[in-house]
Amino acid sequence: MGPGIITANVDNDSGGILTYSQAGAKYGYLPLWTLIPITLLLIVTQEMCSRMGAVTGKGLSDLIREEFGLRTTFFMMIALVLTNFTNVIAEFAGIASSLELFHISRYISVPICAVAVWFLVVRGNYRSAEKIFLAACCLYVTYIVSAFLLKPDWKQAAIYSVKPILMFDTDYITMLIAMVGTSIAPWMQFYLQSAIVEKGITAKEYVQSRLEVVVGCIITDVVAFFIIVSCATAIWSHGPKDINDAADAAVALKPFGNYAYLLFSAGLFNASFFAACILPLSTVFTVCEGLGFESGVDKRFHEAPEFYWLYTLLVGLGAGVILWPNFPLVRMILASQVLNGVLLPFVLIYMVLLINKKGLMKEWTNSAMYNTVAWVSVAIMIGLTLALASITVKQMMQADATPVRSAPVAQVKSVPQVKSYDPGRHALKADVRESHIAHLIRQTFGIGKFAD
Amino acid sequence: MVIIYGPGRISMADEFFFLTELLGLKVYDLKGRRLGLVKDAVIVPLIHPARVDRFLVGGGWAWLTVRHDQIRSISLDGIYLKDEQLTPYHSDEYMLRLVRDLLDQQIIDGQGRKVVRVTDVTFKIQHEDNGDVLSILDIDIGLRSMLRRLVHGVVPPRWIRRVQTVIPPHSIRWEHCSILEADPQRRLRLNISNKILERMHPADLADIVEDLSPDDREAIFETMDSEVAAETLSEMEPDVQASILESLETEKAADIVEEMSAHEAADVLAELEEKTSEEILEEMEQEPKEEVEELLEYHEHSAGGLMNTEYIALPEDVTVAGAMDALRAHEEILENLNTLFLVDAGDQLKGSVPLARLFTATGATPLRELAAEPLLHVDVEERQDRITELFDKYNLLTLPVIDSEGKLAGVITADEVISLLREK
Repeated sequence: MGPGIITANVDNDSGGILTYSQAGAKYGYLPLWTLIPITLLLIVTQEMCSRMGAVTGKGLSDLIREEFGLRTTFFMMIALVLTNFTNVIAEFAGIASSLELFHISRYISVPICAVAVWFLVVRGNYRSAEKIFLAACCLYVTYIVSAFLLKPDWKQAAIYSVKPILMFDTDYITMLIAMVGTSIAPWMQFYLQSAIVEKGITAKEYVQSRLEVVVGCIITDVVAFFIIVSCATAIWSHGPKDINDAADAAVALKPFGNYAYLLFSAGLFNASFFAACILPLSTVFTVCEGLGFESGVDKRFHEAPEFYWLYTLLVGLGAGVILWPNFPLVRMILASQVLNGVLLPFVLIYMVLLINKKGLMKEWTNSAMYNTVAWVSVAIMIGLTLALASITVKQMMQADATPVRSAPVAQVKSVPQVKSYDPGRHALKADVRESHIAHLIRQTFGIGKFAD
Repeated sequence: MVIIYGPGRISMADEFFFLTELLGLKVYDLKGRRLGLVKDAVIVPLIHPARVDRFLVGGGWAWLTVRHDQIRSISLDGIYLKDEQLTPYHSDEYMLRLVRDLLDQQIIDGQGRKVVRVTDVTFKIQHEDNGDVLSILDIDIGLRSMLRRLVHGVVPPRWIRRVQTVIPPHSIRWEHCSILEADPQRRLRLNISNKILERMHPADLADIVEDLSPDDREAIFETMDSEVAAETLSEMEPDVQASILESLETEKAADIVEEMSAHEAADVLAELEEKTSEEILEEMEQEPKEEVEELLEYHEHSAGGLMNTEYIALPEDVTVAGAMDALRAHEEILENLNTLFLVDAGDQLKGSVPLARLFTATGATPLRELAAEPLLHVDVEERQDRITELFDKYNLLTLPVIDSEGKLAGVITADEVISLLREK
């Protein structure tokens, strides 16, 4: 099992499962069209990473440091650590919410899992555990089975798979960014490239890895497709709905009857735990590589203090935040994926600049087609982010115009659920309702005035 | 001049200069007119290993080259020249440009025995009669230099010098550094030798080389002494061994494999693609080649695949004195030797004698009387797990291996068993 397949499976982590569920539950078949461009971009980015890893034998942060200097690397690493930190929180949120389906309190599950992750990676035998995680990824098949049993409207699904629909609406744009961000998470590019280097794959053996990367990307998005279809049929067709907790999302597996919760919970738990093992470690490796600190779990604490501190902080704080009373688990997971989407274009820019350097890549530089896909994606992602930012700012200014006291939390929360939702008709209409994700982002970054 | 090494010495502000501070420094001509800004500093290792030979100054269209003997003074206020005959810059292969080739790149720290990334360079300023001269003193890594680089240009340099003293410095003496360069031609021109690497313990060197990119690995192995290369290669993971040997010229690869012990050579060659390993064998000398080929016959996971052929077998009627003479004649394998074997005229294994027993026996004692009981041995076809079991049960250090005719074929040593168990 090579790096391509492993990465593909980590890709559908708690953020992935819930983002796709949310997309299907809220917009039905509408978001399916994004999967084809996302798959294309996913293949292009991951192929670029693995090619760079194979040709240069160096990690992505190594290359950024060597070619763009310390300052660029430093700010990139800060952004990556912050984004990945929210992703770590999301993984622990996934663990908490999957076990809460069985009434296991997060105050028990999260600390135990955090300690387990720490020891498994630092002191235990992660390599053997990885095989179990990978095997458990077969649980995604349940979505495919479920989608068929639910008898979805295949005709609609097919139409919306190829029919792009854009709406200038915070919720919708947020969801688009999150879908791209969760499929093409920035941290995975760093992880994949390091994995290729670690495995000692050279330019000569690269052809096989390329195939694996492409297959992996397709698997990722096939799973995404069926998650969206299941949620669209099981949830959205009875009225569009936000996913607020794991129980909402588990409805997508309802053909399994009493086992639906069990299957969903097991799948989500495995995905979250798997990613919780890889993500903090990969982040710390990336940072240490880029900034030139000693790293590696085979080092003693005093040999690599920065490595161990950062790792422990990421795991400890990531799990600790979850224990905050009434922490909105699912919302946090969704918000973290939006951040991924916002950071992605910047990582992409550096990747494209690096891979086009002749001195570095020799005859392995990008073809014109690759560059086009990459630059267009950068432009689209930055465009979407700017659109989201501008809508949010505009709404905030409107909110600020009214006295703070007259906008109590209750009012924001009491915004009625959207009525029956016909994507075809509503597609054209801008729906500028305050979304809970946008709301959360504002709250997270402290730019709204909601607490009263 | 005595250099005090430690946190205190940076406070002697005038004596030191950092590359970060040098970059962007203004260069003035004799009349105090600004010529441009420092863009890079160059050392030419063939002329002097540490002295900054030239400064590259950017201003207007092209970069200019300022030689070290054209400079009157260097300080945070700028560089003042005493000679204005500047030539345009053109790149040549003999120069090591500090910003391009060193800053932010990886180098090997020979004393700390690891690969590190260069964050900054500390120079020493010598105020000589005819002008100031900079030479590289340390390569800076760690937080202090990182802070310096991050805030440079935002905070005045003199403040940075004061503030940074709260962070302990982390530097490597320039003479302990070995820079990486993958191009063999350029290695010669930059006068890069492998002396620092060859002085290290092969196991440490193996760890370092495993951290490098394939190109750098290849460059080091291509230029390293074959004996050291063989020792280093023996310490590496099998897949890395294979990728290194495959990347080398066949001739060089054969030289290295010849220097390895026969069973290690066989292990490495078994990892390679059939075609490559045949090519390498083809290039090898007759004697080591035959030995290796013999071992290659055995299955990798059998006793034959684990054993090595470095042992001393003596006739069964030899005395202690005779054995001592034999040992003196084979000094090269004494280091890892702990057992002697006794064989009869037909090479049949007759006994094994722990080396230590020789020291307490008189010279006339027949070795046969010192032999360990029972005589343990395995067949070349024996499975791995059975072998580890025997080592564990009888607390062995060595275990003789015999072929189908009962002849001594080789020995398995405990270190081989340890590697085997660690792999699991």
